[in-house]
Amino acid sequence: MPNEPVLALRGISKRFGAVQALTEVHLEVHAGEVVALVGDNGAGKSTLVKTIAGVGPADGGVIEWCGRPVQVNRPHDAQELGIATVYQDLALCDNLDVVGNLFLGREIRRAGVLDEIEMERRSRELLHTLSIRIPSVRIPVAALSGGQRQTVAIARSMLGEPRLVILDEPTAALGVEQTAQVLDLVERLRERGLAVILISHNMADVKAVADTVAVLRLGRNNGTFDVASTSQEEIVSAITGATDNAVTRRRARTAEVGR
Amino acid sequence: MTGDIIEKDSPKDEAAARGAVAAVDPRLLVREEGLKGYLLEFWRKLRGGDLGSLPVVVGLAAIWAVFQWRDDAFLSPKNLSDLSILIVGTGLISVGVVFVLLLGEIDLSVGSLSGLAAAIVAVLSVNHGVPEWLAVLAALGAGAVLGALHGVFFAKIGVPAFVVTLAGLLAWEGLKQQVLGTTGSISMDEDGFVASLTSHYFSQVAAAYGAAGLAVAGYFLAQFLDARRRRAAGIPFRPMADILVRTGVLAVLLLAAAWKLNEYMGLPLALVIFVVVLVLFDFVLRRTPYGRKVLALGGNVEAARRAGINVDLVRISVFALSGLMAACGGLIIASRITSAAQSAGTGTLLMEAIAAAVIGGTSLFGGRGSVWSALLGMLVIGSIASGMALLGIATSVQNMITGGVLLAAVVIDSVSRRTQRSAGRG
Ligand SMILES: Nc1ncnc2c1ncn2[C@@H]1O[C@H](COP(=O)(O)OP(=O)(O)OP(=O)(O)O)[C@@H](O)[C@H]1O
Ligand SMILES: [Mg+2]
Repeated sequence: MPNEPVLALRGISKRFGAVQALTEVHLEVHAGEVVALVGDNGAGKSTLVKTIAGVGPADGGVIEWCGRPVQVNRPHDAQELGIATVYQDLALCDNLDVVGNLFLGREIRRAGVLDEIEMERRSRELLHTLSIRIPSVRIPVAALSGGQRQTVAIARSMLGEPRLVILDEPTAALGVEQTAQVLDLVERLRERGLAVILISHNMADVKAVADTVAVLRLGRNNGTFDVASTSQEEIVSAITGATDNAVTRRRARTAEVGR
Repeated sequence: MTGDIIEKDSPKDEAAARGAVAAVDPRLLVREEGLKGYLLEFWRKLRGGDLGSLPVVVGLAAIWAVFQWRDDAFLSPKNLSDLSILIVGTGLISVGVVFVLLLGEIDLSVGSLSGLAAAIVAVLSVNHGVPEWLAVLAALGAGAVLGALHGVFFAKIGVPAFVVTLAGLLAWEGLKQQVLGTTGSISMDEDGFVASLTSHYFSQVAAAYGAAGLAVAGYFLAQFLDARRRRAAGIPFRPMADILVRTGVLAVLLLAAAWKLNEYMGLPLALVIFVVVLVLFDFVLRRTPYGRKVLALGGNVEAARRAGINVDLVRISVFALSGLMAACGGLIIASRITSAAQSAGTGTLLMEAIAAAVIGGTSLFGGRGSVWSALLGMLVIGSIASGMALLGIATSVQNMITGGVLLAAVVIDSVSRRTQRSAGRG
């Protein structure tokens, strides 16, 4: 391939005590590409994300950034590279306000002192451009609804200048309109030439925005598909590991009932 | 930098954004102008469990009213002046405790450390002829280093802070007795540096008024400049009337205090030290990246770690700060009695320092609180102690009442946390 991947994972393994969460996982993401990472509950998606983000470093394997092997042992390392992550559990500080959370770990300073005014101005600007509606940027995140919290977490990843954005089930708690907005946003990121890893259980969303689908099953790669030329059934059977699975059985059943 | 990705929006997005502005969410919390707006916002905060320092201020007013009613010597210049010095020692310790509580942890060693600091100063300066200022630096250094040691065991090894500092409580108490030796109690120079910390008054009438005026002017200027910058940046700012009212209230309080202090012996040096420390650490907590890290850790350690914050370092530094402030408090307490005794740092000191922080409104659950709670809490505890002493009530009763106040404060903390939860996330 002429353009080398922004991020390439080669043989990533990770174990938690007796659980081998990841075994020899490979994954490549190119600039301007949206890779959907799918798999059943407990397949190891979030674990993989955490190895990339430096939150839970891998036990084995190599992470290549722009073709060069790198060490990502701390969240700081990932930030330096330009990796922004929206975690499944959001990782927000409930007691801090929206501005505090958006800029956590990269506060704007003015003579060594927090520049609250500039941070507030930029927060408002950012939330505005993302069409995020929040009662006030100065209320503690604890007082926001689940969906609002999720939009704050997403907005957070847009600050700075990331080259790779990882979204771990970003639409899980969102309403229809907000979900559409997040999908729009993912497309915009791609247009700007960023690499995106999107984790989702929603096949429709995946089909709508992803270029490539990488399937994880029980901590192993179980195929990489080109979205345009693959049917939803093929992806589902890769996720469940069989063509005869709960999804196809259910579809057959409801089809009979419908008839 | 910000919004780099989203700067050049496609027309579609701009339309969406405009739509969002046009259709302003009717539930947006916009404060109405004037007094009504204030009261409404105040009510909303109360309903949401955000009581802030309201309970303690109300409680303090009630305590003062009751004691003044029982004995009108309570609000006399001498009694208030003595009170303002009485609270400084434990108050300084409590400032360190506030930081530890903000992490959601506890430091049980502060009492012992304060006693150890007093012993170090006395032994070095009296027995070994070291200049007092040098002995003071050594004691403060010892407090910070031993505090950092607790932090290392907690942050790096993962021993619960409760246990580490409990071990510290015993160990440093023992070390203090070793340092003091068999003599038991060492008297310090009545005219020395340490003694002057609590015996010196700025007796010129202008001193107290000048300090009050300076504080009011500084407050006004800070508020005014902040509002002007906010207005220039196009974000909500505090209206001028609001700033004037706040400044006015502060001016009345401070001038009244200055007047009372001047009626007696003037502005006590110890009080100046305490207020400077409070202002300084309040600034550190609310305005510096370091303070933001402390608060973040108290809110969600994992989130802080993922944001790239060096969690271990912040934890160690907070315990070092707690040790340092414990040593400062120990010196002030030694200064009041101009001696270091075997009993230094024992008794109810530890409990009072922690109780003050909690009574003042700092949450035991971490992440919520203010440096000023050390002052408010100590005013409550000190007022009870001083009022009861005036009325000739035994210390035993005093302890029971302070215990009751602490319980009330913790109940308020727990209830407001619950209310915040239920009023917060749906
Ligand atoms: N901190 C941990 N300690 C022990 N085991 C863990 C830990 N984190 C994850 N695991 C295990 O690793 C496996 C993969 O978990 P992971 O969270 O990556 O799944 P997932 O694909 O993100 O699932 P979901 O769709 O439910 O989010 C699971 O079996 C889980 O039990
Ligand atoms: Mg997951």
